[in-house]
Amino acid sequence: MNEIIKVEDLKRDFVVGEETVHALRDLSFTIAEGEFVTIMGTSGSGKSTLLNILGCLDIPTGGEYYLDGVPVRKMGKNDRALLRNRKIGFVFQSYNLLPKTTALENVELPLLYNKTVNAAQRKEKSQKALESVGLADRVNHRSNQMSGGQQQRVAIARALVNDPVIILADEATGNLDTRTSFEILTLFQDFHAQGRTILFVTHNHEIARYGSRNIVLRDGRVIEDTRNKNIASAKDTLASLPAEEEE
Amino acid sequence: MNYKNLIVIAFRALINNKMRAFLTMLGIIIGVASVIAMLAIGAGSKQSIHEEIGQMGSNMIMIQPGNGRFGGVRQSASSMQTLKMTDYESLVRETNYLSKITPSVTSSGQAIKGSNNSPTTIYGVNEQYIDIRGYSVGRGSMFTNQDIRKAAKVCIVGQTVVDNLFPAGEDPLGKTIRFGKIPLKIVGILEAKGYNSMGMDQDDMILAPYTTVQKRILAITYLQGITAAALSEEYTDQAIEEITEILQRNHGIKIGQENDFNVRSQQEMMETMSSVMDMMTILLGCIAGISLVVGGIGIMNIMYVSVTERTREIGLRMSIGAMGRHILMQFLIEAVIISITGGLIGVLAGVGASGLIKLIAGWPVSIQAYSIVLSFVVCTVTGIFFGWYPAKKASELNPIDAIRYE
Repeated sequence: MNEIIKVEDLKRDFVVGEETVHALRDLSFTIAEGEFVTIMGTSGSGKSTLLNILGCLDIPTGGEYYLDGVPVRKMGKNDRALLRNRKIGFVFQSYNLLPKTTALENVELPLLYNKTVNAAQRKEKSQKALESVGLADRVNHRSNQMSGGQQQRVAIARALVNDPVIILADEATGNLDTRTSFEILTLFQDFHAQGRTILFVTHNHEIARYGSRNIVLRDGRVIEDTRNKNIASAKDTLASLPAEEEE
Repeated sequence: MNYKNLIVIAFRALINNKMRAFLTMLGIIIGVASVIAMLAIGAGSKQSIHEEIGQMGSNMIMIQPGNGRFGGVRQSASSMQTLKMTDYESLVRETNYLSKITPSVTSSGQAIKGSNNSPTTIYGVNEQYIDIRGYSVGRGSMFTNQDIRKAAKVCIVGQTVVDNLFPAGEDPLGKTIRFGKIPLKIVGILEAKGYNSMGMDQDDMILAPYTTVQKRILAITYLQGITAAALSEEYTDQAIEEITEILQRNHGIKIGQENDFNVRSQQEMMETMSSVMDMMTILLGCIAGISLVVGGIGIMNIMYVSVTERTREIGLRMSIGAMGRHILMQFLIEAVIISITGGLIGVLAGVGASGLIKLIAGWPVSIQAYSIVLSFVVCTVTGIFFGWYPAKKASELNPIDAIRYE
C-alpha cells in the first residue's frame, strides 16, 4: 500500500511570551492509501496543530513530514501552496464558501489557481465533482441560497475537484444537525469505498465508528491508535433515525 | 502565473460586491470627469480668444503717440500730436517687414439718415485698412486712392450702422448719409463680423478716407495713430524694431530718452490673454486633480476595509493553493479594474459634461485629447498606487489565522 502520509518524531513548539508550549511531542504514524482515519482528542490535545501541519499550512519545529513521499518541512511558502493546490482537499467546519457565489464557481476555485487546467476542463471537472456530491441540480445556486448541508456538499466537491491524494476534514459535521451530519458522513463513506484517503478530525467520539482507523491524541502525543474492524454504515444509521418532517 | 485566471477571479470578486465597487468608482468617475471638463473649458476659452484676436489680424501692429509732455504735464495719447504724415510716409518708404500700413484718425459722432440716427465711430484710414483688420467689403467697393487724394465724401459702413439707419430694409448702396454735418455717400458695405471677445460690436463703424476725416470732420493735420501689418506673424518683432528705429530718428529721440510714441502688436495682447487663460486652466486643473487624488484615496480606503472584511476568503484561497502573489495580484487587479472602469465612465461623463456646459451655459469648450490620456493614465496609476498597500497586506496574511478569523 502506498503511504500517503508519514510523520516521524513530529514536534511543534509555540513560544508564548517567555514560555514554550509543546503542542506536538514526537508524533509518529503513517497513513496508507484508502484509509478513513478519524483523529480525536479534547481541545488542547494538538489536533488543530497536527491538521495545520498535515495540510501544509504550518511547518513542524522538528521531525519530518512526508506527503505522498515528498518531505515538506524544508519547503518554501510557495511550494507548500502548490502542494496544497495539487494534493490536498480541505473541508472546514464552517464550509468557507465564497459568499454570493454560485456552487459551480466555488468548486472551480482550486482549479483557477492551477494553470495546467483550462477553462473547459475546469467547468467539466467542477460539474462532475458537484454531481458526485449529489448537487447536479444546484450548480447555479448561490451559496446564500443553500442549506448548511448543501453548502458542506459544495465544500466537499471543492475539496475533490483537484483529485487530491487526501481529504482533510476539520469537524466537517460540527455545524450540522444529526440527520444532515449522517448524510455528509454517508458521502465520506462513499468516497472511502471508492478508494479515497480521508482524514477526519473531530471531538465527536461517535464518528470513530464510521472510519477504518482511529487515532486519539492527548497533550501532543498519540495515546491510542486502533483499527476498526466493524465499520458502521452511516447510511443505515441515517435510515434508523426517527423520521423527520420533510422540508 | 496565469493572469487570465486572476482576472477572472478579480472580476468575480467585484461582481459579488457591485454596490461597493460602484461607490468606489464614483470617486474616480467624478475626478476624471472634472479634470476633462475643466481642461476643456480652459482650452476652449483660450482657443476662442485666440481665434478672435486672429480674426482682428494676428500680425497687426499699432503705433500710437504717447508720453507727450506739455509744459511738464503728461498728456493723454489722443491729444498728442507727435505722429505726423511724414512719419507715415517714411514708414511706407523705408520698412522691409511691413506688408500693409495705414494712417488712422477717428471720431465719434452721430450718423444720420432722414429721421433715423445712431451714435457710431468713424475711422479715417486708407484702402489697406480692411486687409489689416481682417474685414471685407461685402457689397459695393472700397474707396480708392483717388478718393483719398481728393478727400472725397465717401464711406463704407458696417452692418450695425446699416440696420440702424435703414430699418425699412432699403438698399443703402449709393445713398448719402450724414456724419455730424458732413454728407457721405455709401460706396460699400462691410461683411458682418459680430461681437469680439471683449463684447464690442465690430460692425458698428464707418470707414472713410483719412484725409476726409482729418480735413472735413476733425480739422487736424496730425495722425492719431498708424496701423500696420507685418509680413506675417513671425516678422512682428522685427517690424516693431524697425518702426521704432525710424520713428526715433524722425523724432530726434536720443538713446536713453523716452519715446514719444508706442508700438504694440496684437501678438503681445494675445500673449497676455493666453497667459491669463493658462493660469486659469492650471487652477481649474489643480482643483480637478485634487478630486482625482481623493478618489484614489477612496479606492485605498475601500480596499483596505475589504481586506479585513474578506480575511476568511483570503485564508480559504490560500488553503486551497493560492500563493501570496496570487492574492496580491487579485487585489491589485481589482483596484485597477475599479479605477480603469471608473476612468472610462469618467471620460464619457467628462465629455458629456463638456457638451452640456457648451449647450446650456454657452461657454466655448474644447476637449483635449491629452487630458483624456492624462486622466486615464493618472487613474490607472492611482489604482495601482493606492491598491498596492492593502493588496500587500492581504498577501502577507497567515492562512491559519485567516481561515479561522471571526
